[in-house]
Amino acid sequence: MSNETHNVTMVEAINLALMSEMQKDESVIILGEDVGTNGGVFRATVDLRETFGIKRVLDTPLAENMIAGLSIGMATQGLRPVAEIQFMGFIFPTMEQLICHAARIRNRTRGRLSCPLVIRAPFGGGIHAPEHHSESTEALLSHIPGIRVVIPSSPARAYGLLLAAIRNPDPVVFLEPKRIYRLSAQPVEDNGQALPLDTCFTLREGKDITLVSWGAMIKETLEAADALKQQNIECEVIDVACMNPLDHDTILSSVAKTGRCIVIHEAPKSCAVGAEISATIAERALLSLKAPVQRVTGYDTVMPYYKLEQQYMPNTADILAAVQTTLEFS
Amino acid sequence: MTQVYQGEINFRRFLDEQGTPVAELPIWASQPEILQSYYRNMVLARQLDTKIIALQRTGQMGTYPSMLGAEAIDAVSGGLMLPEDVLVPYYRNHLLQIIRGAEILDVLNYWGGDERGNASSGYGEDFPNAVPIATQSLHATGVATAFKIRGEKRVAVSFCGDGATSKGDFLEALNVAGAWQLPVVFFVNNNQWAISVPRSIQCGAETLAQKGLAAGIRSEQVDGNDVIAIHEAMADALKHARDGKGATMIEAISYRLSDHTTADDATRYRHNDELKAAWQKEPVKRLQNYLAANGWWDEIQEQAWLNEVQQIIQAQVDTYLAMDTQPVESMFDYLYAEVPKALQEQRASASIKAMTGGSHHE
Ligand SMILES: Cc1ncc(C[n+]2csc(CCOP(=O)(O)OP(=O)(O)O)c2C)c(N)n1
Repeated sequence: MSNETHNVTMVEAINLALMSEMQKDESVIILGEDVGTNGGVFRATVDLRETFGIKRVLDTPLAENMIAGLSIGMATQGLRPVAEIQFMGFIFPTMEQLICHAARIRNRTRGRLSCPLVIRAPFGGGIHAPEHHSESTEALLSHIPGIRVVIPSSPARAYGLLLAAIRNPDPVVFLEPKRIYRLSAQPVEDNGQALPLDTCFTLREGKDITLVSWGAMIKETLEAADALKQQNIECEVIDVACMNPLDHDTILSSVAKTGRCIVIHEAPKSCAVGAEISATIAERALLSLKAPVQRVTGYDTVMPYYKLEQQYMPNTADILAAVQTTLEFS
Repeated sequence: MTQVYQGEINFRRFLDEQGTPVAELPIWASQPEILQSYYRNMVLARQLDTKIIALQRTGQMGTYPSMLGAEAIDAVSGGLMLPEDVLVPYYRNHLLQIIRGAEILDVLNYWGGDERGNASSGYGEDFPNAVPIATQSLHATGVATAFKIRGEKRVAVSFCGDGATSKGDFLEALNVAGAWQLPVVFFVNNNQWAISVPRSIQCGAETLAQKGLAAGIRSEQVDGNDVIAIHEAMADALKHARDGKGATMIEAISYRLSDHTTADDATRYRHNDELKAAWQKEPVKRLQNYLAANGWWDEIQEQAWLNEVQQIIQAQVDTYLAMDTQPVESMFDYLYAEVPKALQEQRASASIKAMTGGSHHE
């Protein structure tokens, strides 16, 4: 931690956070496939091996279930493993360890043991990757009680949320929207300050409609809000940031103000986090609604190979169209 | 104390790095035809590989895993497997898929991000590529179980890399194949690297093949740059399986001469000296030397074949580049046998969105 301000992309901010926290806390250990010498396939862990040595940055054999189980064991011993799963599409082998063990150790031992691990994984579409490299399965993970699912939407958010994730005494799955890994840089002060978890961030205030999104789709959501501003429509933009536990209050109080809400995500529509948010609004804010909650999402299909991925993913025009429908509802 | 088990792993090699015989050759290798056909396919693989990487570098192809250095494995396996056997490949078996009936165009489409690359009838019952590592090893045991239940003399042949042998799926596959004596061959392309992780970090055992011993199956190592050694090992393994004697694990010692994929830069983690040394052992030149020494291949044949191969490849590339993207409805049409009602609406929206000026949301 140097208190210097760096102009960094999201992937560089992640590296900065890891660097900063490893400096501060000797119990932080990086592990995963290709994280050492290669600095990770997206270079999120670059230079860590050189700085902290092979005992703190471990290239593991190729076995995700092993990586998760190993991390659990390490975490119960007072280490703070930060494991990288190379792509979220390969997180599935870890699910047994995450669901049956990581999520439950504290509860199962009535607080005697805890499991402060972080699993980082790039996710989402838009970079022309092969099969299993582009899906957004955050809802699957968010459904597991005991596991936090955190998704940053900008370099600064990535830095602060990752610090929080590492310091958190419970397991956190930290999903990194790789479409915006290198999209743009932003000044981030390396001040070691974590952002709060379990809370949404209001990126923009507005009285006419609430746009709720997270991760890479924040880009299109903000673009839509900008375009609507030209038409004097003021959007409140909420970055959910933590899928589980979900901060209902921020969303509900925004909807109470605007009376209109659109949830935007890349994942398929059915049974997704957007469904959870819509249901909560229906349950707890029905009377403040002036129009039904709309969802702008990916389709309930397999994420197509890349020639069709732009057709799969929602875009700014889709958000604008949904806003139109919502505003015109009567 | 009594010893209850002692294992043994043998290593097969017939041609040294220069292509000079170092062991008594099998009879079939005293005739040119089989070896020439292996050679032709290996040259095809190398030309195709170069072409696809050029396409990728110019933005006309997706991320692509090169087959450079693995040509012998595919050429021989493609030559020995029978049409009725089932190939359960990994993502580096492009040549093998082509030998077994896929078009070069299918390979181009697949890596070009188009599902039609998996659709060709040329694949027969072969599996599509498995991207999650080692998962396919278990599919191969399932296929082999079906053959065994039905009493068919067919073999499932599954490929993976050295990294894949660390995964539970692979070890579970070996285990069940051993317990049930399944007609399956597990072929490990030990090309020394799993992206940036060297073989030594993958596993502490001296050979990967000995993992097969723990499962009670035949296991051996071969020189993965020597077509004759691979041929012998693969032929034995296929026969063993077809005779109802069960599974084999083959660990082929090869070397990944390229980057892991076009998204990788191997200079970050691998010494150039190591790569240079590996080029001295590579399979294509080795076989060429052997053929030439016997008068079975010369410069004229080489040029003629190169010209022919380039024309074949270019024609397929031209077709690939001229193809229209599949219609957006294809996302929905193959997901279930019939498009469920709940998805029909989304299908319709997708069609509208795909039109110029269309939108996701109605
Ligand atoms: C389950 C899983 N984890 C991670 C990856 C990412 N990945 C793709 S290839 C690869 C290395 C595989 O190495 P190896 O099995 O030795 O085969 P090679 O590519 O060297 O032929 C990795 C880690 C993946 N595809 N699947």
